[in-house]
Amino acid sequence: MSYTINVNGKPRTVDVADDTPLLWVLRDELELKGSKFGCGMGLCGACTVHINGNAARSCVTPISAVGDAKITTIEAIGDTEVGKKVQDAWLALDVMQCGYCQAGQIMSATALLQKTPKPTDKDIDDAMSGNLCRCATYVRIRKAIKQAAGVPLDDKREVV
Amino acid sequence: MSPRDLDREPRSQGSDKAGAVSRRGFIQASAAVGGGLMLDFSLPSFAQGSSAPEAAATLNAYIRIAPNGETFIVSKNPEIGQGIKTSFPMIIAEELDVAWKDVRAEDAEVNPQKYGAQFAGGSLSIPMNYEQLRRAGAAARLMLITAAARTWKVPVEEITTSDGVAYHKGKNKQATYGQLADEAAKVPPPNLATVKLKDPKDFKIIGQPIGGVDSPKIVRGEPIFGIDVSVPGMKYAVYEKCPVFNGKFVSANLDEVKAMPGVRAVYVIKGNVTELDAGLFNGLVDGVAIVADKWYQANKAAEKLKVVWDEGETAKRSSAGFLSQEAELAKQAWAQEIKKEGNVEDALKSAAKVVEARYEYPFINHSPLEPMNTTAHFKNGKMEIWSPTQMPGGGKTAVSKALGIPENNITLHVTRNGGGFGRRLSNDFMLEAAAIAKELGEPVKLVRNRKQDMQSGVFRPGGFHHFKAGLDAQGKVVAFRDHFITFSNSGKIAGSANLGPTEFPAGYVPNLEYGYSMMPLDVPTGPLRAPGSNTIAFAFQSFIDELAHAAGKDPLQFQLDLLGEPRPPVITKSPFGEQVGFNNARLAGVLKEVAEKSGWGKKKLPKGTGMGIAAYYSHQGYFAEVVQASVAKNGDLRVEKVWIVGDVGRQIINPSAGGNQVEGGALDGISQALGQQITFANGRVVQTNYHDFPLMRMNQAPQVEVHFLKTDNNPTGLGEPALPPALPALANAIFAATGKRVRRMPIETSELKWA
Repeated sequence: MSYTINVNGKPRTVDVADDTPLLWVLRDELELKGSKFGCGMGLCGACTVHINGNAARSCVTPISAVGDAKITTIEAIGDTEVGKKVQDAWLALDVMQCGYCQAGQIMSATALLQKTPKPTDKDIDDAMSGNLCRCATYVRIRKAIKQAAGVPLDDKREVV
Repeated sequence: MSPRDLDREPRSQGSDKAGAVSRRGFIQASAAVGGGLMLDFSLPSFAQGSSAPEAAATLNAYIRIAPNGETFIVSKNPEIGQGIKTSFPMIIAEELDVAWKDVRAEDAEVNPQKYGAQFAGGSLSIPMNYEQLRRAGAAARLMLITAAARTWKVPVEEITTSDGVAYHKGKNKQATYGQLADEAAKVPPPNLATVKLKDPKDFKIIGQPIGGVDSPKIVRGEPIFGIDVSVPGMKYAVYEKCPVFNGKFVSANLDEVKAMPGVRAVYVIKGNVTELDAGLFNGLVDGVAIVADKWYQANKAAEKLKVVWDEGETAKRSSAGFLSQEAELAKQAWAQEIKKEGNVEDALKSAAKVVEARYEYPFINHSPLEPMNTTAHFKNGKMEIWSPTQMPGGGKTAVSKALGIPENNITLHVTRNGGGFGRRLSNDFMLEAAAIAKELGEPVKLVRNRKQDMQSGVFRPGGFHHFKAGLDAQGKVVAFRDHFITFSNSGKIAGSANLGPTEFPAGYVPNLEYGYSMMPLDVPTGPLRAPGSNTIAFAFQSFIDELAHAAGKDPLQFQLDLLGEPRPPVITKSPFGEQVGFNNARLAGVLKEVAEKSGWGKKKLPKGTGMGIAAYYSHQGYFAEVVQASVAKNGDLRVEKVWIVGDVGRQIINPSAGGNQVEGGALDGISQALGQQITFANGRVVQTNYHDFPLMRMNQAPQVEVHFLKTDNNPTGLGEPALPPALPALANAIFAATGKRVRRMPIETSELKWA
C-alpha cells in the first residue's frame, strides 16, 4: 500500500505493507540508516525517532499509524537547536564506544531537553532508561545531557 | 615537486594547489613495516573507498601524506568500540610528528602479509603493536627528514620536526611534510629495529584525551556499521536454524514461505559441523535461507516457516539437568587434576577453621546491540563480503574452507562493529551470509533478528566451583581447594570453560589443589570480554572475601597479606610475544590505591549499605575495585558507586577512550550480575530478547570514579581487565551491607531481604 509520510520536513512516498514498522521504512525504503535495529520490540531504544517531537520507538510503530505526523530522525536532529547542542556535547565528552546505540540516545536526550531544558538526575533516569547502551557509556551520557543543558555535570544522586 | 621546490616553499604555502596534486604520481615505497613482516607492495597500499587524493605519497603501509599536509594513517585492527581507530593513528602520528588535526584515520584492508595479525581481542592491540607502530611512524619521519637533508645538503641529524614541518635552524630552512612526501617516498626505508624513538616526555599526542575519529559520523547517523551496508541490487535474508544447536533439517513448508510478499527465494543450506572444539566457532549449521526484497519481508516470512528438525542428543540438555549432574560430580573426586601443591587434606585436618562454599554462574550471551549481520556477493567464482567482525582472517578462512572458494578469491571489507565483546571473534554469521550468497548469486545482506541472535550465541560458559579452605589460628590460609565443574564439547573442555594452574592464590598458599570435572554441553561457547576471568574472579575473589571474614580480618588487609612480599614476575613466550607474568606487587599497588581513593574502612555506613573490595589480574592489566551498594529491607539493590584503580603500565595512550573502556568494563560486570543469564530447556535457549535477558539501564548505572596507577611497565590493553573485579566487589559489598553472601550469579534480590 502506498503511504506518504513527512520525514525530516519532506514528504516521502513508499509502497509497503500496512504493518511494516517505521524503522524498516526509514532504513530500507528511504536509505536513512541512522536509526538502528536492536531488538524489534521497543526494548532497547536504538531505533528512537521523534514523532511530533516525542521520542518514539520506530521498530514498533507501524507505517499505518504514522499518518501526517512529523517524523524527525538522527540525520536531521542537528538542524534543531537542542539537537545540535546534544550532538556537540556528545562529541565534547567523547561519549561513545561502539556508537551503535548513540543515535537513539541522542534522540531521547534531545526530546528530554526540548521539554525539560534543565533536567535533574531523576529526569534523566526517567527519560533515558528505555535506551540500552551495551558498552555502558551511561556515566558520559548523563554528563553530556547536562552539558547540553548547561547545568553542572556532577551526579547528584545520593551516595551515602 | 623538485628538490628545489622544497628550498623555496615555506610552511604557509604547504596547503597545496590543484596543479601540484595532479602532477603527482602514485608512489610506492618499499618501506618495511612491522617486525619481520614480509610486505607485498604490489597490493594497493590503502583501504578502498578512501577519500584521499590519489596523489598522496605513500611512505609505508600505514602512512600516506598529501601535498596539503593531510596525513592518512591506517588503523589495521577492527574497531569495535575500543577506540583503536583513534589510538593506533595517535601512536603513529606521535612518532611521525604531525599535528593531530592533519591526521585522517583510515580502516585497513585485510592483509596479514602487510599488517601482521589483524583482530580485536584479548586486549592485545596495544601490547602487540605499541612498539611496532611507533617504529612505523618514526621510520616515515626519518624518510621525510632524509629527503629534506638531501635537498638542503645538510646532515640529517641537524633537522628537527614539529607538527608536520621539518626545520634546519642553521640554514633557516623549512618544509612541510606535504612538500617533502614525494621525495621521502623514494628514500630507502630505514631499519625499523634501530630507528630512533621519541623520549616519552616529549609526547604531544600519546597521553592526550582525543575524541573518537568516527564520532562525528555517529552523532549524525551516518551509515558506518555492518548493518548499514548497502550494495546495488542487494536482497535481504534471514536464516532460520534449529532451536537446538546443530539440529538437522528434515522437511519444511518451503512453498508456503515462498508465496509470502516480497520473498524471492527460500532454500535449505546443509551445515558442516561435525564436532565442536575449544576454539572460536566458525561452523555452519543446517538452516533455511529466506531471501526477500526487504529485510522486514524476509523476517515476516520466516514466521510462517515450519520445519521438521532432527534435534539429536542435544535436545536432552537442560539447565535443570546440568544442576543435577553437577550435584553428582561434586560428590566424586575430580576427573582431572589442574594443580597440586603440598597436602591439602592433611592441612584441612589440622586447620583451626574450615570454610566451604559452592559458587555458580550462568551462561551469558554477548548481546552486542548490533545484531550479527553480513553482506555478501558471489559472482564468477569470487566472493565479496562486508562484515562487522573482530577476527577477519578467521572469517575468510572459514568461508574458504566451507564453500570451497580459494582465499585469494575472497575480498573482505571490515566495517565498524556495533559492539564486539568477543562475539564477533567467531564468524559463524559471516559464513551463513556467504553460504546464502553463494547459492543466490546476487548481493544479499543477512541480518539476524534479536531472538535468533540471542539463541544462536557462542555463549560465555556457565560453571560451578566447590571450594574448601583451611585457616590457621592466626587466620592465615593454609589450605585451598577448588573442584571446578565445567562443560565439555566433543569430549574436550568447552571454549573459555577452563581453569588454569596459575590461578591465584596458587603459589600463595602452601597446600593447594585445583581439579575439574566436566559434563557434556554440545553448544558453542567462547570468549566473552575477559574470558575465564569474568567468571573466575567472581568465584575466587568472593570466596577469598569469605575467608577474610572467617578470619576476622579486614578484607583489604587479608588480600594484601595473602599477596605477601613482592616477587619477580615470570616471563614466558607466547604466540602474542613475550608475556610478563603475574606481578603480585602491582596487584597490591592497585588494591592500596583503590582503598585510598574510596575511603575504604574510614566511613561509617548505615545497615543496608556496604562496601566491597576485589582485585584481579587479567590480560596483563591489574585492577582493583571498590563497590558501594545499598540493599533495602525488601531486597531491592542499588549500586551507588564504583571506585576503580587500574595499572596497565607507564602509558595510557588515550585517556578519554581508555577511561571509557574502564567505566564500561566495570559496568558491564555489574550488568551481568544484575540479571544476565542464558538457560536451556530441551536443548533450547529459553531467553529471546532484552526483556528476559536484561542489560543495565541508565537508572541502574552507578557513579564511577576511574584512576590509573602508572608504573614503569610496558603499556597493555584496557578492553577487558576492568571487568572481572566488578562482580566480586559488588557481591562483597552486598555481604557487607546485609550479611547475605552472594554465591550465585546473577543476583537474586529476593534472597537479599533483611530485617
